[in-house]
Amino acid sequence: MEVSRGSGGGSGCAPVLPASRVLVASRNFANDATFEIKKCDLHRLEEGPPVTTVLTREDGLRYYRMMQTVRRMELKADQLYKQKIIRGFCHLCDGQEACCVGMEAGINPTDHLITAYRAHGFTFTRGLSVREILAELTGRRGGCAKGKGGSMHMYAKNFYGGNGIVGAQVPLGAGIALACKYNGKDEVCLTLYGDGAANQGQIFEAYNMAALWKLPCIFICENNRYGMGTSVERAAASTDYYKRGDFIPGLRVDGMDVLCVREATKFAAAHCRAGKGPILMELQTYRYHGHSMSDPGVSYRTREEIQEVRSKSDPIMLLKDRMVNSNLASVEELKEIDVEVRKEIEDAAQFATADPEPPLEELGYHIYSNEPPFEVRGANQWIKFKSIS
Amino acid sequence: FTGQTQKMNLFQAITSALDNSLAKDPTAVIFGEDVAFGGVFRCTVGLRDKYGKDRVFNTPLCEQGIVGFGIGIAVTGATAIAEIQFADYIYPAFDQIVNEAAKYRYRSGDLFNCGSLTIRSPWGCVGHGALYHSQSPEAFFAHCPGIKVVVPRSPFQAKGLLLSCIEDKNPCIFFEPKILYRAAVEQVPVEPYNIPLSQAEVIQEGSDVTLVAWGTQVHVIREVASMAQEKLGVSCEVIDLRTILPWDVDTVCKVRL
Repeated sequence: MEVSRGSGGGSGCAPVLPASRVLVASRNFANDATFEIKKCDLHRLEEGPPVTTVLTREDGLRYYRMMQTVRRMELKADQLYKQKIIRGFCHLCDGQEACCVGMEAGINPTDHLITAYRAHGFTFTRGLSVREILAELTGRRGGCAKGKGGSMHMYAKNFYGGNGIVGAQVPLGAGIALACKYNGKDEVCLTLYGDGAANQGQIFEAYNMAALWKLPCIFICENNRYGMGTSVERAAASTDYYKRGDFIPGLRVDGMDVLCVREATKFAAAHCRAGKGPILMELQTYRYHGHSMSDPGVSYRTREEIQEVRSKSDPIMLLKDRMVNSNLASVEELKEIDVEVRKEIEDAAQFATADPEPPLEELGYHIYSNEPPFEVRGANQWIKFKSIS
Repeated sequence: FTGQTQKMNLFQAITSALDNSLAKDPTAVIFGEDVAFGGVFRCTVGLRDKYGKDRVFNTPLCEQGIVGFGIGIAVTGATAIAEIQFADYIYPAFDQIVNEAAKYRYRSGDLFNCGSLTIRSPWGCVGHGALYHSQSPEAFFAHCPGIKVVVPRSPFQAKGLLLSCIEDKNPCIFFEPKILYRAAVEQVPVEPYNIPLSQAEVIQEGSDVTLVAWGTQVHVIREVASMAQEKLGVSCEVIDLRTILPWDVDTVCKVRL
């Protein structure tokens, strides 16, 4: 892997370095470095994203921190679930951190994103705090959905969840893209689904509408090789998910490399913003955990396979090695970030465990938008809740 | 019933019914998401090994496709037993069920039908299922002439009712109370037997008020009946409706003097 050292700013302007960084910078870190990234397979595209990219020290440290935060947050959720402090369903995304962090790095906060249920990472990268996420998992008032949504139903500004029925979120994403086009603010919508959901009919309906009306919709298939326990070969006649949009151009991206994901996302967003219509990205990624906390994840794949991905393709490790080897950061510095992240997660977990549950009266709120409030029957006809919105 | 019985829970009773069906009907096939390894609730354990991979097979994640495909198999005369993994996911198939399956015989003037289609689906609340693993959608189907909708309350009832659904010459939806899969256990005959559809069962006689329930709720209502007797001196008749559509109006409305 060829690496060149740059000096001065990254792509464009010189970054303003906070005091702590100035101190560390005096240890002669490079300000940026150029890396080669895997070429994307293309479908109906003459050119793809660039095969080299510049990573600034600042960006690198930020991506590292974000990925590490998502990783530790998911592991903490695993722990809390086993302690029965988190109940219900819990689908973890550790292993897939490069996807959410890389995508966010390729778009603006004013762009839009929607996904299915493996959503904790996206909830964080779209701007919510670990506190709000963990407290939502534990079902407390401080949770981002007031404790009523849980793992599958988290939402944030320009982040539309968090959806339980797979595939159903894809036509929604096309609709959001329509609104983007209509509002004329150059925004795009990232519409995500998994390799299992890729075989749902409504996705093809959304492809057709998006292409017909040239919607700024980036369809993204997060292919982690298994739809619950079914491997892609056993579910799909064609596992070239990036080609499944047929008339929609597509690219297949290394989803374990945050820089590859970033460049592909930037490329896709530029395609949409230029008014060329929808585009499809397949991110090849992997989840370490099973489908959910009730799936050990080893009955349909071998421990060796999981271990191999962990040791060869772990997204956090890949970024760390790149940064250390090209003098963008030191091992100690990254370890410090690890320590800070652990503390942040620990504090958030404390909050999530101690915060009270939402009051029972609120159970029926927000069914409709209505005036005046109406009564909702509970588990029997003598239990009544007031529905207020 | 005089034959040999075995202690079975609800999912084992389902497996037994499916086993009996595939044994006596060479055209019977079972398909759905994850059914090959035994299913997410173990209802199809061992069947693929016993009957082969062309009779017990997985489908991709596509409910509308599963039911549509099932209707097609049934129209050719084969017995199609489709599984929708959770009743909460049945809605993409709603159009196929209501517009295709239910009306096939009628619109073709009895030239074609998909009567050998049965759709099985785990149903009802478990406590931690929230929005999408708890639903009881029978009411959506209850007003659709052409299909039958059945909900059993126990392993013994489930096997007999499921066998009746599979053999019934109309497309049937069979909802299985998932909370009872392990929790309900009783002696169930090993050989096949039928419990008639569209027949409600009076499981407790009473003279003051009639309580009608189906599925898991039958057990709750039975407790309520005891409490009412004990605390209020009210004598409750408890009826398990069993078939939601077409339902047994006569038993429920019978005047008891």
